[in-house]
Amino acid sequence: MKDSLIALSKDALFSMRDLLPIVVVIAIFQVFVIKEPVEGFVSLIFGAMLVVAGLAFFIFGLRIALFPIGEGLAHSLAKKGSAFWLFVFAFVLGFGTTIAEPALLAVAEEASEVAVDAGVIANSEEAMEDYALGLRLVVALSVGVAILIGVYRIIVDWSLPLMIICGYILVVLATTIAPAEIVGVAYDSGGVTTSTVTVPLVTALGVGLASSLKGRNPMTDGFGLIAFASLTPILFVLLYGTVRQWI
Amino acid sequence: MDLIVSSLVFVADSAADVLPIVAFLFAFQIFVIRGPMPNMRQIIVGFAFVTIGLGLFLVGLEETLFPLGRLMAQQLTDPEFLETARLTVAGAMQWQDFYWVYLFAAAIGFSTTMAEPALMAVSIKAHSVSGGAIGVWGLRVAVAIGVGFGVGLGCYRIITGLPLHYFMAVGYLAVIVQTAFAPKLIVPLAYDSGGVTTSTVTVPLITALGLGLAEAVPGRSPLLDGFGLVAFASLFPIISVLAYGQLAVLQQKSGESVTASQELPEEEDHAL
Repeated sequence: MKDSLIALSKDALFSMRDLLPIVVVIAIFQVFVIKEPVEGFVSLIFGAMLVVAGLAFFIFGLRIALFPIGEGLAHSLAKKGSAFWLFVFAFVLGFGTTIAEPALLAVAEEASEVAVDAGVIANSEEAMEDYALGLRLVVALSVGVAILIGVYRIIVDWSLPLMIICGYILVVLATTIAPAEIVGVAYDSGGVTTSTVTVPLVTALGVGLASSLKGRNPMTDGFGLIAFASLTPILFVLLYGTVRQWI
Repeated sequence: MDLIVSSLVFVADSAADVLPIVAFLFAFQIFVIRGPMPNMRQIIVGFAFVTIGLGLFLVGLEETLFPLGRLMAQQLTDPEFLETARLTVAGAMQWQDFYWVYLFAAAIGFSTTMAEPALMAVSIKAHSVSGGAIGVWGLRVAVAIGVGFGVGLGCYRIITGLPLHYFMAVGYLAVIVQTAFAPKLIVPLAYDSGGVTTSTVTVPLITALGLGLAEAVPGRSPLLDGFGLVAFASLFPIISVLAYGQLAVLQQKSGESVTASQELPEEEDHAL
């Protein structure tokens, strides 16, 4: 209990240090460039305290729950020796955490507005919702596939750089055939798919798996899952835009 | 009072995000692994901390930093402000007249990345897995520099209206060339750092900046040109982290220190 308190207050101190750059940037721009007084100073301080406390809590919980559970499951699955369940786990983890991602909801909505503007779909509530839902499914599917491919790579020990480079080439090729208005959305969707809760879990999964397989180095083999998860959505969304244009 | 209510709302929201994942993990443990969850109490307490922490973190941002950041993005892209700060004397605005925007974009990209919880998670892991060879602080600074540069460049693209995929293709090329020369140890981590940079803090702020900019610049549409900043923010960290690895190797060579940091512990101690 005492140790936990010490760890927690350490995390709080680190959180303050982490937030300092934001405070400095905003203060400098306010004072020297914009030169307008900031309203509600007290509530700003209070909000900053909430951010510090929140970050400290999150990091603390991360260490005692998210990391151990991710690695524990990876170890148990590796020991069980069932590749099938490992793949199911990888896919569902990727798909399930992405479909509900708030950042993705926002991007899908904006993308449907772009599609209306470009005349790809009819300007109706229904068509837009349909388009946005399709996009979300495609992105979630792509993240599920990404984690699955990433886990498969760790098991069979393929070269990560080679796979990523092939992915890039596919993305560039897909860009040339995709309609122009989907390109920005597609490239952005790669960045928004990996949420704050998913990243630690997926990282722990990769590292746990690599350290429980013989002959794998957790550093060079354990990382890389998130790389796939931010590459495949770009590709899938570009293809989605291309296909939607035809139908 | 309002803040307390909205804190509760945000904690409930984050619980709605976290609970399905927890349910899935427990279901998997029970039905597939068929064993009790090790350290059940610790895991449950930990998840409670994650949920409450995420909720408080987001409510703090939403109530204070985000409105302020959006306001600043608006003020900096306001035509009136741009007119007073311009460098060129007369005529249409040139791209260099937006220098405050680039500076702000780079600074906010850098500083928000330093506070990104997902990046912290990956840095902590990388530090322990590499046996201390990769510093938590160093990695985060490298990523933050990449994001800062990327977002600044992304603003330049919005202002000039150049096609997004030109920049992306050149960036990919840089990644490929660097991969050939960077130490193997850093490559997977560098690829990962592209995806973790843009989760909770950075995206809302730089999206506001991009949309504000696309509205302020004549001939740009917020819908078509406002997108793409996130893409810059996820590509350039890969380049900067690979560069960080290359620098570390150079330093090691010049200092003639033994390759101790390259040797990795076979297995890290697990918290289980």
